[in-house]
Amino acid sequence: MTPADARARIQEKFGVDAVADGGLAVTLPRDRWQEFARFAREELGCRYFNWLSAVDWKDQGLEVLCRVENLDRHLVVTMRTRLPAGETRCPTLTALYRGADWMERECYDMFGVVFEGHPDLRRILLSEDWEGYPLRKDYAVDTPQAPYR
Amino acid sequence: MEVKPPVPQVPPPVWNEFKDLQEWEKYHQTRAQDDKTSNALASIADAIHHMPGGWIVTTSTEKIFNWARKSSIWPVTFGLACCAIEMMATFASRFDVERFGMVPWASPRHSDLMIVSGTVTIKMAPMLKRIYEQMPDPKWVVSMGSCANSGGPFRHGYHVVKGVDRVVPVDVYVPGCPPTPDSLMYGLLKLQEQVAEFQKTGRRATSSDPRGA
Repeated sequence: MTPADARARIQEKFGVDAVADGGLAVTLPRDRWQEFARFAREELGCRYFNWLSAVDWKDQGLEVLCRVENLDRHLVVTMRTRLPAGETRCPTLTALYRGADWMERECYDMFGVVFEGHPDLRRILLSEDWEGYPLRKDYAVDTPQAPYR
Repeated sequence: MEVKPPVPQVPPPVWNEFKDLQEWEKYHQTRAQDDKTSNALASIADAIHHMPGGWIVTTSTEKIFNWARKSSIWPVTFGLACCAIEMMATFASRFDVERFGMVPWASPRHSDLMIVSGTVTIKMAPMLKRIYEQMPDPKWVVSMGSCANSGGPFRHGYHVVKGVDRVVPVDVYVPGCPPTPDSLMYGLLKLQEQVAEFQKTGRRATSSDPRGA
Protein backbone atom coordinates (compact mmCIF):
# COMPACT_ATOMS: atom_id res chain seq x y z
CA MET A 1 0.00 0.00 0.00
CA THR A 2 1.46 3.30 -1.01
CA PRO A 3 0.98 6.46 1.02
CA ALA A 4 -1.45 7.70 -1.63
CA ASP A 5 -3.61 4.60 -1.20
CA ALA A 6 -3.53 4.96 2.55
CA ARG A 7 -4.52 8.60 2.24
CA ALA A 8 -7.49 7.68 0.07
CA ARG A 9 -8.61 5.02 2.52
CA ILE A 10 -8.35 7.42 5.46
CA GLN A 11 -10.39 9.97 3.49
CA GLU A 12 -12.96 7.33 2.71
CA LYS A 13 -13.29 5.92 6.18
CA PHE A 14 -12.77 8.89 8.47
CA GLY A 15 -13.55 11.82 6.21
CA VAL A 16 -10.36 13.69 7.08
CA ASP A 17 -7.61 14.67 4.72
CA ALA A 18 -4.25 13.25 5.75
CA VAL A 19 -1.58 15.84 5.18
CA ALA A 20 1.32 14.23 3.35
CA ASP A 21 4.48 15.68 4.83
CA GLY A 22 7.17 13.02 4.88
CA GLY A 23 4.50 10.70 6.22
CA LEU A 24 0.80 11.08 6.72
CA ALA A 25 -0.46 13.40 9.43
CA VAL A 26 -4.03 12.92 10.57
CA THR A 27 -5.91 15.22 12.92
CA LEU A 28 -8.70 13.43 14.73
CA PRO A 29 -11.41 14.20 17.25
CA ARG A 30 -10.76 12.64 20.62
CA ASP A 31 -13.54 10.06 20.42
CA ARG A 32 -12.15 8.54 17.22
CA TRP A 33 -8.60 8.23 18.62
CA GLN A 34 -8.77 4.52 19.46
CA GLU A 35 -10.84 3.75 16.39
CA PHE A 36 -8.24 5.29 14.12
CA ALA A 37 -5.40 3.53 15.93
CA ARG A 38 -7.13 0.20 15.39
CA PHE A 39 -7.63 1.07 11.71
CA ALA A 40 -3.97 2.06 11.34
CA ARG A 41 -2.77 -1.08 13.05
CA GLU A 42 -5.00 -3.63 11.39
CA GLU A 43 -5.76 -2.18 7.97
CA LEU A 44 -2.79 0.04 7.20
CA GLY A 45 -0.46 -2.49 8.85
CA CYS A 46 1.24 0.05 11.10
CA ARG A 47 2.37 -2.39 13.75
CA TYR A 48 5.29 -0.37 15.06
CA PHE A 49 4.50 2.21 17.73
CA ASN A 50 7.21 4.81 17.48
CA TRP A 51 6.41 7.49 20.02
CA LEU A 52 3.69 9.36 21.82
CA SER A 53 3.96 12.87 23.17
CA ALA A 54 1.98 16.02 23.76
CA VAL A 55 2.09 19.75 23.11
CA ASP A 56 0.74 22.37 25.47
CA TRP A 57 -1.03 25.09 23.48
CA LYS A 58 -1.87 27.05 26.63
CA ASP A 59 -5.49 28.24 26.53
CA GLN A 60 -6.20 26.18 23.42
CA GLY A 61 -5.68 22.98 25.35
CA LEU A 62 -3.30 20.07 25.08
CA GLU A 63 -2.57 18.21 21.91
CA VAL A 64 -1.60 14.54 22.02
CA LEU A 65 0.46 13.20 19.15
CA CYS A 66 1.59 9.74 18.32
CA ARG A 67 3.41 8.12 15.47
CA VAL A 68 2.92 4.61 14.17
CA GLU A 69 4.74 3.01 11.28
CA ASN A 70 4.44 0.19 8.82
CA LEU A 71 8.06 -0.83 8.55
CA ASP A 72 7.54 -3.21 5.64
CA ARG A 73 5.88 -0.64 3.39
CA HIS A 74 7.65 2.45 4.74
CA LEU A 75 4.35 4.00 5.67
CA VAL A 76 4.45 6.56 8.48
CA VAL A 77 1.27 7.84 10.11
CA THR A 78 1.31 10.65 12.64
CA MET A 79 -1.98 10.94 14.46
CA ARG A 80 -2.89 13.88 16.61
CA THR A 81 -5.84 14.90 18.68
CA ARG A 82 -6.67 18.09 20.52
CA LEU A 83 -8.04 17.97 24.03
CA PRO A 84 -10.35 20.88 24.90
CA ALA A 85 -8.94 23.54 27.22
CA GLY A 86 -8.80 22.40 30.81
CA GLU A 87 -9.40 18.81 29.76
CA THR A 88 -6.77 16.19 30.50
CA ARG A 89 -8.51 12.93 29.72
CA CYS A 90 -7.57 11.00 26.61
CA PRO A 91 -8.30 7.41 25.53
CA THR A 92 -5.42 4.99 25.89
CA LEU A 93 -3.77 2.99 23.14
CA THR A 94 -2.30 0.33 25.43
CA ALA A 95 -4.89 -2.24 24.36
CA LEU A 96 -3.64 -1.92 20.78
CA TYR A 97 0.06 -1.25 21.27
CA ARG A 98 2.03 -2.56 24.26
CA GLY A 99 4.68 0.06 23.48
CA ALA A 100 2.22 2.77 24.35
CA ASP A 101 2.38 1.82 28.03
CA TRP A 102 5.52 3.66 29.11
CA MET A 103 5.03 6.43 26.54
CA GLU A 104 1.66 7.25 28.04
CA ARG A 105 3.10 7.10 31.52
CA GLU A 106 5.77 9.58 30.48
CA CYS A 107 3.17 11.82 28.91
CA TYR A 108 1.18 11.67 32.13
CA ASP A 109 4.34 12.42 34.06
CA MET A 110 5.30 15.48 32.06
CA PHE A 111 1.95 16.88 30.86
CA GLY A 112 -0.60 15.37 33.20
CA VAL A 113 -2.62 13.79 30.41
CA VAL A 114 -4.77 11.12 32.04
CA PHE A 115 -5.04 8.16 29.71
CA GLU A 116 -8.33 6.45 30.44
CA GLY A 117 -8.07 2.68 30.54
CA HIS A 118 -4.31 2.62 31.07
CA PRO A 119 -3.47 -0.40 33.27
CA ASP A 120 -0.82 1.27 35.43
CA LEU A 121 -0.88 5.05 35.12
CA ARG A 122 1.66 6.51 37.54
CA ARG A 123 4.78 8.62 37.28
CA ILE A 124 7.66 6.98 35.47
CA LEU A 125 10.59 9.44 35.50
CA LEU A 126 9.93 11.84 38.34
CA SER A 127 9.55 10.80 41.94
CA GLU A 128 6.06 9.81 42.97
CA ASP A 129 5.54 12.77 45.30
CA TRP A 130 6.35 15.33 42.61
CA GLU A 131 4.05 18.32 42.45
CA GLY A 132 2.86 19.56 39.07
CA TYR A 133 3.66 18.59 35.51
CA PRO A 134 6.95 20.16 34.41
CA LEU A 135 6.48 20.35 30.64
CA ARG A 136 3.25 22.34 30.89
CA LYS A 137 3.70 25.97 29.92
CA ASP A 138 2.26 27.19 33.20
CA TYR A 139 4.70 25.16 35.29
CA ALA A 140 6.98 27.49 37.19
CA VAL A 141 10.54 26.20 37.19
CA ASP A 142 10.97 27.33 40.76
CA THR A 143 8.04 25.31 42.03
CA PRO A 144 9.21 24.17 45.44
CA GLN A 145 10.19 20.52 45.50
CA ALA A 146 11.03 19.94 49.12
CA PRO A 147 13.57 19.66 50.56
CA TYR A 148 16.20 20.55 47.98
CA ARG A 149 14.69 23.69 46.49
CA MET B 1 -6.95 -3.79 46.55
CA GLU B 2 -4.10 -5.85 47.88
CA VAL B 3 -3.73 -5.92 51.64
CA LYS B 4 -0.11 -5.83 52.79
CA PRO B 5 0.89 -7.67 55.97
CA PRO B 6 2.14 -5.45 58.81
CA VAL B 7 5.88 -4.84 58.96
CA PRO B 8 7.45 -6.86 61.79
CA GLN B 9 9.02 -4.62 64.40
CA VAL B 10 11.60 -7.16 65.61
CA PRO B 11 14.60 -7.10 63.25
CA PRO B 12 15.69 -10.38 61.70
CA PRO B 13 18.70 -11.68 63.63
CA VAL B 14 21.06 -12.36 60.73
CA TRP B 15 22.32 -9.68 58.40
CA ASN B 16 21.58 -11.60 55.21
CA GLU B 17 17.94 -11.88 56.16
CA PHE B 18 17.51 -8.18 55.48
CA LYS B 19 15.88 -7.54 52.15
CA ASP B 20 17.93 -4.48 51.30
CA LEU B 21 19.75 -1.50 52.72
CA GLN B 22 16.54 0.41 53.39
CA GLU B 23 15.34 -2.33 55.68
CA TRP B 24 18.68 -2.49 57.46
CA GLU B 25 18.69 1.24 58.05
CA LYS B 26 15.17 1.14 59.40
CA TYR B 27 16.44 -0.83 62.38
CA HIS B 28 19.80 0.89 62.71
CA GLN B 29 18.98 4.57 62.48
CA THR B 30 19.59 5.32 66.14
CA ARG B 31 23.11 5.63 67.47
CA ALA B 32 24.69 5.82 70.88
CA GLN B 33 24.44 9.30 72.33
CA ASP B 34 28.18 9.84 72.61
CA ASP B 35 31.21 7.84 71.63
CA LYS B 36 32.74 6.55 74.87
CA THR B 37 36.07 5.56 73.36
CA SER B 38 36.88 8.88 71.77
CA ASN B 39 35.71 10.74 74.89
CA ALA B 40 38.19 8.74 76.94
CA LEU B 41 40.96 9.40 74.43
CA ALA B 42 40.14 13.09 74.38
CA SER B 43 40.33 13.31 78.18
CA ILE B 44 43.67 11.46 78.20
CA ALA B 45 45.04 13.84 75.56
CA ASP B 46 43.73 16.77 77.58
CA ALA B 47 45.47 15.50 80.71
CA ILE B 48 48.78 15.11 78.88
CA HIS B 49 48.39 18.59 77.37
CA HIS B 50 48.02 20.20 80.80
CA MET B 51 50.94 18.40 82.35
CA PRO B 52 54.08 20.54 82.62
CA GLY B 53 55.81 20.30 79.25
CA GLY B 54 53.07 18.03 77.95
CA TRP B 55 52.05 20.46 75.22
CA ILE B 56 55.21 19.55 73.30
CA VAL B 57 53.99 15.98 73.04
CA THR B 58 50.42 16.83 72.04
CA THR B 59 51.21 19.46 69.42
CA SER B 60 53.82 17.29 67.74
CA THR B 61 51.49 14.27 67.69
CA GLU B 62 48.78 16.51 66.27
CA LYS B 63 51.10 17.39 63.42
CA ILE B 64 51.77 13.73 62.79
CA PHE B 65 48.07 12.91 62.85
CA ASN B 66 47.26 15.72 60.45
CA TRP B 67 50.04 14.69 58.12
CA ALA B 68 48.76 11.13 58.17
CA ARG B 69 45.18 12.23 57.66
CA LYS B 70 45.89 14.50 54.73
CA SER B 71 48.25 12.03 53.06
CA SER B 72 45.73 9.25 52.80
CA ILE B 73 42.48 10.78 51.66
CA TRP B 74 40.47 8.04 50.04
CA PRO B 75 37.79 9.33 47.72
CA VAL B 76 34.69 7.20 47.29
CA THR B 77 34.15 6.10 43.70
CA PHE B 78 31.04 8.07 42.94
CA GLY B 79 30.53 9.46 39.46
CA LEU B 80 27.31 11.19 38.52
CA ALA B 81 27.72 12.61 35.03
CA CYS B 82 30.30 13.66 32.46
CA CYS B 83 32.57 15.16 35.15
CA ALA B 84 33.13 11.60 36.29
CA ILE B 85 35.11 10.97 33.11
CA GLU B 86 37.53 13.72 34.07
CA MET B 87 37.60 12.37 37.60
CA MET B 88 38.54 8.94 36.25
CA ALA B 89 41.27 10.54 34.18
CA THR B 90 42.55 12.20 37.35
CA PHE B 91 42.63 8.87 39.13
CA ALA B 92 44.35 7.17 36.20
CA SER B 93 48.04 6.83 35.56
CA ARG B 94 48.72 10.04 33.67
CA PHE B 95 47.69 12.41 36.45
CA ASP B 96 48.05 9.83 39.16
CA VAL B 97 46.61 11.19 42.39
CA GLU B 98 47.89 8.10 44.12
CA ARG B 99 51.10 9.98 44.77
CA PHE B 100 49.03 12.18 47.12
CA GLY B 101 47.85 9.01 48.86
CA MET B 102 44.43 9.06 47.24
CA VAL B 103 43.05 5.64 46.44
CA PRO B 104 39.63 5.59 44.80
CA TRP B 105 37.73 3.23 47.04
CA ALA B 106 34.53 1.47 46.09
CA SER B 107 32.88 1.77 49.48
CA PRO B 108 31.72 4.85 51.38
CA ARG B 109 32.41 3.11 54.67
CA HIS B 110 36.18 3.26 54.18
CA SER B 111 36.36 6.64 52.48
CA ASP B 112 37.14 10.15 53.67
CA LEU B 113 36.21 12.18 50.63
CA MET B 114 33.27 12.35 48.28
CA ILE B 115 33.88 14.02 44.94
CA VAL B 116 30.45 15.04 43.67
CA SER B 117 31.22 14.87 39.98
CA GLY B 118 28.23 15.97 37.98
CA THR B 119 24.63 17.04 37.98
CA VAL B 120 22.67 16.20 41.10
CA THR B 121 19.03 15.70 40.21
CA ILE B 122 16.31 16.01 42.79
CA LYS B 123 15.69 12.30 42.47
CA MET B 124 19.37 11.50 43.07
CA ALA B 125 19.86 13.83 46.03
CA PRO B 126 18.55 11.45 48.72
CA MET B 127 20.91 8.71 47.52
CA LEU B 128 23.82 11.13 47.54
CA LYS B 129 22.96 12.14 51.06
CA ARG B 130 22.75 8.52 52.12
CA ILE B 131 26.21 7.80 50.73
CA TYR B 132 27.53 10.85 52.55
CA GLU B 133 26.00 9.68 55.79
CA GLN B 134 27.53 6.24 55.38
CA MET B 135 31.03 7.71 55.33
CA PRO B 136 32.82 7.76 58.69
CA ASP B 137 33.86 11.07 60.25
CA PRO B 138 35.96 13.08 59.54
CA LYS B 139 34.76 13.38 55.98
CA TRP B 140 35.11 15.95 53.23
CA VAL B 141 33.23 16.82 50.07
CA VAL B 142 34.59 18.30 46.85
CA SER B 143 31.98 19.74 44.53
CA MET B 144 33.30 19.23 41.01
CA GLY B 145 32.02 21.21 38.05
CA SER B 146 29.38 23.86 37.45
CA CYS B 147 26.46 21.52 37.91
CA ALA B 148 27.47 20.39 41.36
CA ASN B 149 28.49 23.92 42.33
CA SER B 150 25.30 25.72 41.35
CA GLY B 151 23.21 23.67 38.97
CA GLY B 152 25.25 24.93 36.02
CA PRO B 153 23.52 25.00 32.63
CA PHE B 154 20.60 23.07 34.14
CA ARG B 155 20.01 25.60 36.91
CA HIS B 156 16.73 26.71 35.36
CA GLY B 157 15.56 23.20 34.68
CA TYR B 158 12.84 21.66 36.76
CA HIS B 159 14.70 18.64 38.04
CA VAL B 160 18.16 19.78 39.18
CA VAL B 161 19.35 20.62 42.66
CA LYS B 162 20.79 24.13 42.44
CA GLY B 163 24.11 23.26 43.97
CA VAL B 164 25.05 20.20 45.94
CA ASP B 165 25.67 22.36 49.02
CA ARG B 166 21.92 22.28 49.49
CA VAL B 167 22.27 18.59 50.24
CA VAL B 168 25.65 18.07 51.93
CA PRO B 169 28.29 20.49 53.27
CA VAL B 170 30.96 21.23 50.68
CA ASP B 171 34.61 21.99 51.46
CA VAL B 172 36.11 22.77 48.05
CA TYR B 173 34.34 23.95 44.91
CA VAL B 174 36.10 23.21 41.62
CA PRO B 175 34.74 25.31 38.74
CA GLY B 176 34.68 24.21 35.11
CA CYS B 177 32.43 22.40 32.72
CA PRO B 178 33.91 19.88 33.13
CA PRO B 179 37.02 20.82 35.12
CA THR B 180 40.20 19.45 33.64
CA PRO B 181 42.14 16.91 35.69
CA ASP B 182 44.59 19.71 36.48
CA SER B 183 41.80 21.81 38.03
CA LEU B 184 40.55 18.90 40.03
CA MET B 185 44.05 18.17 41.24
CA TYR B 186 44.42 21.80 42.29
CA GLY B 187 41.18 21.47 44.22
CA LEU B 188 42.40 18.29 45.86
CA LEU B 189 45.63 20.00 46.91
CA LYS B 190 43.56 22.84 48.38
CA LEU B 191 41.56 20.22 50.21
CA GLN B 192 44.77 18.75 51.61
CA GLU B 193 45.63 22.19 52.99
CA GLN B 194 42.21 22.34 54.62
CA VAL B 195 42.64 18.89 56.09
CA ALA B 196 45.99 19.91 57.53
CA GLU B 197 44.27 22.87 59.20
CA PHE B 198 41.33 20.83 60.38
CA GLN B 199 42.79 19.59 63.65
CA LYS B 200 44.11 23.04 64.59
CA THR B 201 41.00 25.09 63.96
CA GLY B 202 38.27 22.45 63.94
CA ARG B 203 36.56 24.47 61.23
CA ARG B 204 34.44 22.68 58.70
CA ALA B 205 32.31 23.84 55.84
CA THR B 206 28.58 23.97 56.53
CA SER B 207 25.66 23.09 54.35
CA SER B 208 23.52 25.95 53.11
CA ASP B 209 20.48 23.87 53.91
CA PRO B 210 18.73 25.98 56.56
CA ARG B 211 17.62 22.92 58.49
CA GLY B 212 21.20 21.70 58.73
CA ALA B 213 22.72 18.89 56.74
